[in-house]
Amino acid sequence: MDRSITTTNTIRMLFSKKPKGDKTGFFTSPKRVLAYIALILFTLLWITPILIAIGTSLRTYSDILLQGGPFSMPAELVLTNYRVAWERGGLSHYLPNSFIITIPALFLTLFLSSLSAFALARFRFRGARLILVMFLAGNMLPPQVLMLPVFRLTDALGLYDTYWALILFHTAFQLGFCTFVFRNYMRTIPNEMLESARIDGCGEFRIYWQIMLPLILPAMAALATLEFTWIFNNYLWAIILLRSDSLKPITAGLAVLQGQYVTDWSVIIAGALMASIPTLLVFVFLQRYFLSGLTLGSYK
Amino acid sequence: MSRAKLTSQLTPYLFLIIPVLLFVIWIVGPMLCTFYYSMTRWDGFSAPEFIGFSNFGKLLKDPVFLISLKNNLKWVIAFITVPVASGLGLAVALNREFPGERYIKAAIFAPLVFSMVATGLIWSWIYNPEYGLLNQVLTLIGLEQFAMGWLSNKDLVMWSIIFVAVWRQVGYVMVLYLAGLSGVDPTLLDASKVDGCNRWQTFRNVTLPLLSPITVVVVIVSVIDSLRAFDLVSVMTRGGPYNSSSVLANFMYIESFHNYKMGYGAAIAVVLFLITLVFIIFYLTRVLQNELEY
Repeated sequence: MDRSITTTNTIRMLFSKKPKGDKTGFFTSPKRVLAYIALILFTLLWITPILIAIGTSLRTYSDILLQGGPFSMPAELVLTNYRVAWERGGLSHYLPNSFIITIPALFLTLFLSSLSAFALARFRFRGARLILVMFLAGNMLPPQVLMLPVFRLTDALGLYDTYWALILFHTAFQLGFCTFVFRNYMRTIPNEMLESARIDGCGEFRIYWQIMLPLILPAMAALATLEFTWIFNNYLWAIILLRSDSLKPITAGLAVLQGQYVTDWSVIIAGALMASIPTLLVFVFLQRYFLSGLTLGSYK
Repeated sequence: MSRAKLTSQLTPYLFLIIPVLLFVIWIVGPMLCTFYYSMTRWDGFSAPEFIGFSNFGKLLKDPVFLISLKNNLKWVIAFITVPVASGLGLAVALNREFPGERYIKAAIFAPLVFSMVATGLIWSWIYNPEYGLLNQVLTLIGLEQFAMGWLSNKDLVMWSIIFVAVWRQVGYVMVLYLAGLSGVDPTLLDASKVDGCNRWQTFRNVTLPLLSPITVVVVIVSVIDSLRAFDLVSVMTRGGPYNSSSVLANFMYIESFHNYKMGYGAAIAVVLFLITLVFIIFYLTRVLQNELEY
């Protein structure tokens, strides 16, 4: 190995990166301090809608009206809005429904797309490019162009108004994007790692399962967080393919809540926030994967 | 052909069969069906009746269709300018180490994590004419003449909704540009400094061209997203008042599932598809060109 390169790299690392936690060296001039204060204010303004929503959800609606609006001192903070949305607003069954739909769809998507990506990344065969283009293009279709036939198809298959309608549709629709990301990722894995296994007599499925899958875990984690958020937050397909209130996921449930509590914004907003907790948790704890997932898929 | 060789030739197809079947059944097939339905009169219960292109003729004379088209155009124009410019600006400004950088970036990105439905509800409340935050603050700072029904004013409602979509989009664009910036070779920036470029010149002549592949993708994705726009409109106004905030996706949904004019709805979907197709093809050719460079 060329030592000079390693040395320059080490030097660059030592001097360009300040140790973690000590970023006070940033404030070298009053201009910078002012710019930083401006940035903080901008960020606060940016998330004001979210902060105001939290504030609203913790006050009774009559309190907000009495004080002249959401930007005022509350007389007291309460959790009743959350309880009302959860119990009487039906979130206690909408929220579990969301998981019942999202989790299987997520697993199926990741499994099936890693299968197709494996084929597309590793083999040369007739129709490979056509399949890739089909997957890529399908993902960009406006959902409206699928709505009526898919609605009819679920009816014909006896799946209309069941969880499976949504699970299967989401799986199929997300396959294209995930296949593309996995395929690109798999192509960065050196072939020798797989070849040696083949020489040892492993079948292709074992190569996929025992060697490829562990190697693509970073991409898997990135896609899992991203796809979880997308499927969980989907609204359109829930209102197209489900009719029974007892099956609706939280997004469709919120629309019901909105109709039910037209005049009590505190309850509606509490519901909207509760509906966002799962994806928020995913984002907070898996932010790194989430962001890398976004950038993995978007350009290349 | 020996058995072993045949199996090895079949292997990729074995891996592909289930995913491809699923995709053809749920995506490709339905897409083709929509083209057929668009040439029928169909209420969703009885069998579709073939009527040729008359749905499309009717569309061209439908004022709601024209409003929707115009609104989608507004959405596209707003989406390819405001979030792209501000996302890029933020990325360039924040592409350095500073105290709390992680939290600030996360805060700017946070709106994207909320579902469109939740976002739509929160903003409906902010826009509420009587007790909403926006009018309250305007009144507090003495600008009560600007306080109004943000979602009930025909001329304003579309922009009020687009504003929310933009708010959501900025963080996404910022993340993409931040990723792009981290790949920019710092020696190039140093070189331009040595050559006597000021900050703006460096940005204009070095950074921006290096980021152009990302810009292309961001613009295409933004166009496609704005043509798909549905959730916010559906939750905040359902296209009202008097269809003034109708967009193609919502128009199609209302015609199909509320008015049971499914053939007509399919025709709207086909128009939406054809507009989107231009950008899909543009995107695909770019991706495939990159593929050939392998």
